[in-house]
Amino acid sequence: MEIKNAVAGTLESGDILIQIAPGDGLQIDLQSSVAAQFGHQIRKVITETLSGLGIEDAWVKATDKGALDCTIRARVTAAAVRATGKDVWKD
Amino acid sequence: MRNTKVVSLEEAIRRSGLQDGMTISFHHHFRGGDKVVNLVVAKLAEMGFKDLHLAASSLSDVHAPLIGHIKAGVITRISTSGLRGELAEEISHGLMEHPVVFRSHGGRGSAIASGELHIDVAFLGASSCDPLGNASGCPRSDSAKSICGSLGYALPDARYADHVVVLTDDLVDYPNVPKSISACDVESVVVVDSVGDSSKISSGAIRDSKNPRDILLAQQAARVIINSGYFKDGFSIQTGTGGASLAAVKYIRESMLERGIKASFALGGITAHMVKLHEEGLIGRLVDVQSFDKVAAESLAHDQFHQEVSAVEYASADHSGSAVHALDIVILSALEVDTDFNVNVLVGSDGIIRGAIGGHPDTAEDSALSIIVVPLLRGRIPCVVPKVTTLVTPGAGVDVVVTEYGIAVNPRRPEIAERLATAGLKILDIKELSDKARSIIGKPDPLPSGEKVVGIVMDRHGRVLDEIHEVK
Repeated sequence: MEIKNAVAGTLESGDILIQIAPGDGLQIDLQSSVAAQFGHQIRKVITETLSGLGIEDAWVKATDKGALDCTIRARVTAAAVRATGKDVWKD
Repeated sequence: MRNTKVVSLEEAIRRSGLQDGMTISFHHHFRGGDKVVNLVVAKLAEMGFKDLHLAASSLSDVHAPLIGHIKAGVITRISTSGLRGELAEEISHGLMEHPVVFRSHGGRGSAIASGELHIDVAFLGASSCDPLGNASGCPRSDSAKSICGSLGYALPDARYADHVVVLTDDLVDYPNVPKSISACDVESVVVVDSVGDSSKISSGAIRDSKNPRDILLAQQAARVIINSGYFKDGFSIQTGTGGASLAAVKYIRESMLERGIKASFALGGITAHMVKLHEEGLIGRLVDVQSFDKVAAESLAHDQFHQEVSAVEYASADHSGSAVHALDIVILSALEVDTDFNVNVLVGSDGIIRGAIGGHPDTAEDSALSIIVVPLLRGRIPCVVPKVTTLVTPGAGVDVVVTEYGIAVNPRRPEIAERLATAGLKILDIKELSDKARSIIGKPDPLPSGEKVVGIVMDRHGRVLDEIHEVK
């Protein structure tokens, strides 16, 4: 699947900013205010969300401000839709 | 006047007989605007002092320059109620050889009065002072630059320290009355450009909230108070500085008007909210250990029923006459509450120190009804947890926990649970709240903490309550 640069989310408290760019394999660059205790879980949610959308190759930069899993899923999905042009909600 | 005590800071330090290894003290009435700590410690560093113990009533973001003085060996030990900002982060990561000793405001007062915390030289900022040392947090001339109101946390230092230096930015004619600090306790007076920025005394912990969750919490807290059995004519109250706790005052006021109930006094850190109720005749007296904003400071200066009290008179456990013993209701905030009702207000769940004990354990233990108002989650950080990161207020003194998902009542207080349930409030087991939080955020990995102890939490009776470990 072809990927363009795309962004979703904000840097507000409780949100996460997801930036997606083309990559080889899945690389996640995570910065989080709760990395010590939840870094593992956040990476897992990002990986699973992308994989569910059929994306295995991408470079993802995630700047997290304490987002819950549902927020992370929503932001990753939105960024993926913008990156691929494939509207998962509609199609 | 032949003799005055007015000298330069350097001369005051020389006269004090301060030596390496001794204890110096400060108050935090200027909160985020304090200029005294940094000024004095920089001068002590310049004069070559080493190995000093800094015993402040509290420290905040503005005290980051202490990091350099700690690295240089000027300050080697700290006692305080709290730490915030960069200094707190560095200390949490193991900056200091000796752990920081944390005490509540009442605990510090008791420790100073009993001699357990002996102060060699106190450096106390004052908004006005006369040449003999009569000092006040109130302005007394047109040239007054700063105003902090109550000097409650400085009064034990003034009374019990071996040597007292008052720093002021408004030297006024003798006699500066009414005084907070007596000239008889003061050895030197130092005039400086500024002791503090009054506009910043309401910075730090205090926020006036428009957040809908805080408003919901405030409404629930007010309903708990009104139906607790303690809301009757002549009751007394203290509120913390959290957004929800301040907003609760608004709803309590409405009920007071509706039912014709008046409070006898409000205690603790006094805010504009409390001053308003007092001026409306809804609260008889204001008992003020710390003025939390300019309105409170000005009220203290002009209103005879707005009374300053020392930290000892406020919350000492050793003095049966301290005000907390007469307190009915206290509303407090928290970083974390656990399923045994223990509270942490000092250390973030990431292990970084980011708060202050304040009067939390003092008021929780001695009041008739203590209410903790806390959201279930802050972002991904759970606030109701199986076990607090750091124990500050033991659960035995905590009666009710209010969250936006429901209210939990300590099983030690079944009569309160019954009254609230009868009033139609949703009462949950505190374990249900902890489970609910866990179900939303997932299970946190353990903190990457090390062996080194960076902080010791003392209880208000002078016993070690908990240790804070470094975060790697």
